[in-house]
Amino acid sequence: MLKYIAGRLGQLVPVLIGISILVFFGMHLVPGDVAQLLLGDKGTDADLQRLRHQLGLDQPVYVQYARFLIGALHGDFGVSLRTRQSAIWEIGQGLPVTIELSLAALVFAVVFGLVIGVLAARRPHSLVDTTAMIGVLIGVSMPVFWTGILLLLVFGGILGWLPLGGILEGGMTFRRVTGMSLVDGVLTGNAPVVQSSLRHLVLPAVALGATSMATIARMARSTMLEVLHLDYVRTARAKGVGERRVVSHHALRNALLPVVTLVGLQLGLLLSGAVLTETIFALPGLGRLAITSVLARDYPVVQGVVIIAAGIFVLANLLVDVLYAYLDPRIRYG
Amino acid sequence: MMASAVLAPSLPRRAGALSWQRLLRSTNLVIGVTVLILVVASAVFAPQVAPYSPIDQAFTDQLKPPSLTHLFGTDEFGRDIFSRVLHGARVALVIGVLADGIAAALGVFLGVISGYMGGRVDALVMRSVDVMLAFPYLLLAMIVVAILGPSLTNAMIAIGIVYTPQFARLVRGAVLAIKEQEFVEAAGAVGAGITRILSRHVLPNIVSPIIVMATLTVGFTIVETAGLSFLGLGATPPTPEWGSMLATGRSFMLTAPWIATFPGLAILVTVVGFNLVGDGLRDLLDPRLRGRH
Repeated sequence: MLKYIAGRLGQLVPVLIGISILVFFGMHLVPGDVAQLLLGDKGTDADLQRLRHQLGLDQPVYVQYARFLIGALHGDFGVSLRTRQSAIWEIGQGLPVTIELSLAALVFAVVFGLVIGVLAARRPHSLVDTTAMIGVLIGVSMPVFWTGILLLLVFGGILGWLPLGGILEGGMTFRRVTGMSLVDGVLTGNAPVVQSSLRHLVLPAVALGATSMATIARMARSTMLEVLHLDYVRTARAKGVGERRVVSHHALRNALLPVVTLVGLQLGLLLSGAVLTETIFALPGLGRLAITSVLARDYPVVQGVVIIAAGIFVLANLLVDVLYAYLDPRIRYG
Repeated sequence: MMASAVLAPSLPRRAGALSWQRLLRSTNLVIGVTVLILVVASAVFAPQVAPYSPIDQAFTDQLKPPSLTHLFGTDEFGRDIFSRVLHGARVALVIGVLADGIAAALGVFLGVISGYMGGRVDALVMRSVDVMLAFPYLLLAMIVVAILGPSLTNAMIAIGIVYTPQFARLVRGAVLAIKEQEFVEAAGAVGAGITRILSRHVLPNIVSPIIVMATLTVGFTIVETAGLSFLGLGATPPTPEWGSMLATGRSFMLTAPWIATFPGLAILVTVVGFNLVGDGLRDLLDPRLRGRH
């Protein structure tokens, strides 16, 4: 198992280097360099040259890339052109919000996706199955930004049950441990923060997780349908095991494998969806930072956000692969 | 040449041979095609069907709720939302299909080269594909838009690039399977050049998975480009584009919910149509999946 993990980690190195090359040279293609953007309309040509020298922009491009790579490895992506804060500090503020949102969405998607998929598979072509599959089709086709707006309108606006955005009620603060308000609320035993975080997290998590939930439900249904017809399930039934136990103990375990792979694929979807969800629900996360920075041409932050997000995505996929290899020994030795 | 011409048609294309009865028996496909015909018709006949101009402002009619004069209501500039949604179908279909076309064309090119050449070319192309797949897709699209500058055309190019790796992988796999077949070897043996082998023998045999994938991804490319416009990285005002209409609607969500409701519904209906057609085609063209759903 360790050998497998080491091998997979080794494969990551070229991918991560590729990501850094793409981001670095991509940003180099953008018209106007950082020094010009920093100075704006102010400053003479001499100032510009001095700043370019200070930032190392007068060096050959491969030297600049090497410096960028070394900086990135140390978590130094430069200074935000918009706020003049270090880019990594800005990312550090946004990252926990996005992680908390994505995890909440993932939990929602997996739990509800599995339940719906299994219920539908137990009675194929019944009313439950047909309704679930129509729901799944709509879920897969609904753009996350529209789902978010509708949820806000109904539960925030018309019914007034849940807040219209943000991560906590105005004026509420919490002691930062991880930066995730819900987790920190639990860790520090702060009940009002936990309650407020939950109320603020529900709608964005449902909006973000809806598409993944539908995809997981569809996959769970089709694998369950396959597994339920296999010999070992028939044997379990024949020896008198109750239907509920057959589904939960015998069938579900094997039907879970493709779902695990699917969860890995959903991560990219969730991180992408986070950009839109955070915009709609005014959450100060990494996605919102990314879009603000792109619109403000704040390239140091864009570079940082993209590299960190891609790194997390790649590592999370590795985690899913390892989990998969753990669940299915054929992969480890294949 | 004779040998290859005789041998070529014997492979999976046969499995995909369709009859009208089979096509009509696929409920998904029939509903999907009907929905798409409606969407395409509203796009084509938008100028004739739309009761008002999608761009002209009417300040006496601002934020009017849906009524008989304005079926879907009006926006903050008094523009008729029904007319804008109809015209939006043109933008969405053209941009979505073109983005999908860019992805398919680039993906097929890279996949065929990679799969057929093998060796270093294959390794280089596939590692590049891995790198692209390592990005959350919207972030990759945002980088491309950041480089090219925000506009609807650039958003379309960005989404096309984002979806290229998926096509490249699919095509490479299909080419790898087909190039070992005897009729391809035979074509080489009788002296057919690489261009002829690829265009006459390899490509025709991998068309069905490409068509299925292209149909399934059009829905996504439409949503994704609308997403970029929603974020302000695509269409600019006053273009009647569904994503940017939703972005405006968000500001008036509590006072005029119809502004965001109808463009969203339009996206949903269009994407459901493409997904149904894609699923239907996949079931029909891939015999292994038949009867599983």
